[in-house]
Amino acid sequence: MTLISDRVETTAPVVTRKKRDWSVAGRVAILLIASVFVLGPVLWTLSTSLRPPSESFKLPPAFLPLNPDLASYQQVFKQLNIVGLVLNSALVTGLIAVGQMVTAALAGYAFAHLRFRGRGALFSIVLATMMVPAQVTIVPVFMLIRGVGLSDTLLALIIPAIPTAFGTFLMRQYFMGLPGELAEAAAIDGASPWRTFRSVYAPLAMPGLAIVGILAFNFHWNEFFRPLIMTISEQNFTLPLGLVSLQGNLGTGSISVVLAGVVLSMIPALVVFMFGQRALQDGLTAGTGK
Amino acid sequence: MSTATSTPTGTGKQPGSRQATHKHSQPSKRGRVQQRWLPWAFLAPTIVGMGIFTLLPIVASVALAFFRWDIISAPTFVGFDNFAEVVQDPTVRVSFLNTIVFVIVAVALQLGLALGLAIMVQEKLPAWLRVFFRSAFFFPLILSAASVSIFMRYLFNEQFGVVNWLLSLVGVPAVPWLTTPGGSAAVVILVYVWQNFGFSFLLFVGGLASIPVETYEAASIDGATGWRKHFYVTLPLLSPTTLVASVMAIINALQVFDQPYVLTRGGPGDSTRTAVMVIFESAFQRLEFGQASAIGVILTLIIMAITAAQFRLSKRFVFYQ
Repeated sequence: MTLISDRVETTAPVVTRKKRDWSVAGRVAILLIASVFVLGPVLWTLSTSLRPPSESFKLPPAFLPLNPDLASYQQVFKQLNIVGLVLNSALVTGLIAVGQMVTAALAGYAFAHLRFRGRGALFSIVLATMMVPAQVTIVPVFMLIRGVGLSDTLLALIIPAIPTAFGTFLMRQYFMGLPGELAEAAAIDGASPWRTFRSVYAPLAMPGLAIVGILAFNFHWNEFFRPLIMTISEQNFTLPLGLVSLQGNLGTGSISVVLAGVVLSMIPALVVFMFGQRALQDGLTAGTGK
Repeated sequence: MSTATSTPTGTGKQPGSRQATHKHSQPSKRGRVQQRWLPWAFLAPTIVGMGIFTLLPIVASVALAFFRWDIISAPTFVGFDNFAEVVQDPTVRVSFLNTIVFVIVAVALQLGLALGLAIMVQEKLPAWLRVFFRSAFFFPLILSAASVSIFMRYLFNEQFGVVNWLLSLVGVPAVPWLTTPGGSAAVVILVYVWQNFGFSFLLFVGGLASIPVETYEAASIDGATGWRKHFYVTLPLLSPTTLVASVMAIINALQVFDQPYVLTRGGPGDSTRTAVMVIFESAFQRLEFGQASAIGVILTLIIMAITAAQFRLSKRFVFYQ
């Protein structure tokens, strides 16, 4: 892949040399200002959470916590059942991610490498479900959950989120990229189709599965709308819901405590960002024609 | 789930049949039978799950829009009453109008910002800087909209907020961000764009990277420089990406909920109430599930119409190589 930036300037006359350096400097300056606007609020959040509440609204704002003070973090644990919230979020997010990886791998493989009647039509239906906004299905799903006696449970958040159109689409793409000869070879060796999938294709598809898992984690860790509807009692709240309710309880009295909670909720996302950024970017932009 | 009712499938007639066939060299009887139900076993979790949690709810939602139902008593059929009431309800009207204004302003800002920054990042830059900027602009996407809205509320605080302090440095008097209709709408838009422009940015970066270098070489031989080069080369060649980015941005913006809910609860008045917020309120606060479904159906139809229109329009303006 050649980037525009990698190209060698063949027709650059020597005279414009100086001018171009200026243009690079100008661009970097603009990009730096944009980065400050993007990262500034996050740094301010971090540094405010590490200052005593009395200094919450210090102006000019400090972006670097010079005398870190963890009192607000202790307060969060006192005022909010943060351990419970984190456990709920982790359980919900983890099970959805694993569930999506398993079901998407199976369905993606069938769409890529197995033949059956109505394959094309069925795949089109799967893709079409991606176009349906969640708000349209939420009322009937809520009724259904209530009907089977699962309302206000974590399962109400987990089960409906497991079938994934986008994950199926991604895994189909990934499996199509693996040669069909592998299956033929496995069949000649006497492997059953299931065995072929499990021992040959699934291990090779791990990078694709990682993308599905990371996307699921990122989306559901941050999810607010469904938990707001499906959970009623505080012991079933997930992290974003707990933080919003904490903010309500405290008004704007002790913002460093609220922000400490916000920072804690960012940590897992940050870990994913550090180690899975590439996968996350690929996954987010997958299937957009590029 | 019916399985073995179909006749043994022949070969061919599969769209895109560049896949393996699992054809054993001498298919045993067992092998063939397995062939027939096996794909369905693989598909079952996804297909059944989607049937229960997506397809069935769509049908139910459309049906529910014609009933009055508060869960407590039995549902009664009311024909188009829900739609009639919803269309005349001032709150619903205002929130749809808000949503449309929000979509226009937020998407324009998001795409403009994303495109400008993507062009700057993809031009000549030291590699480490490019990586840094890309990560920085992508970063807000990993945060939860609820958390972001929480800390942004403090930043936009009228007396002590950092935003007004920054503005005071350049001589702008304190802006009543969260207490006035206009200010609240601006905050919701700014916070939303701050968090989401990185997604469009990534799409544009991908699109720019796929434009062949030779095109630019040819353009510069023809004497195109600077902004001209971008206007006559980049924009036309990027139009497929622009289409995808704008369709996705509009679909997402139409469904905005988290930011206005946490930042303003739809206020002051109804100034930042959005379409999805009204669905949420009528269903889960007023228990008017029929009306909520009717609003949901209307929103979906709008989304489908806009998407279709965009693809229709794009036939005229999008340039495919």
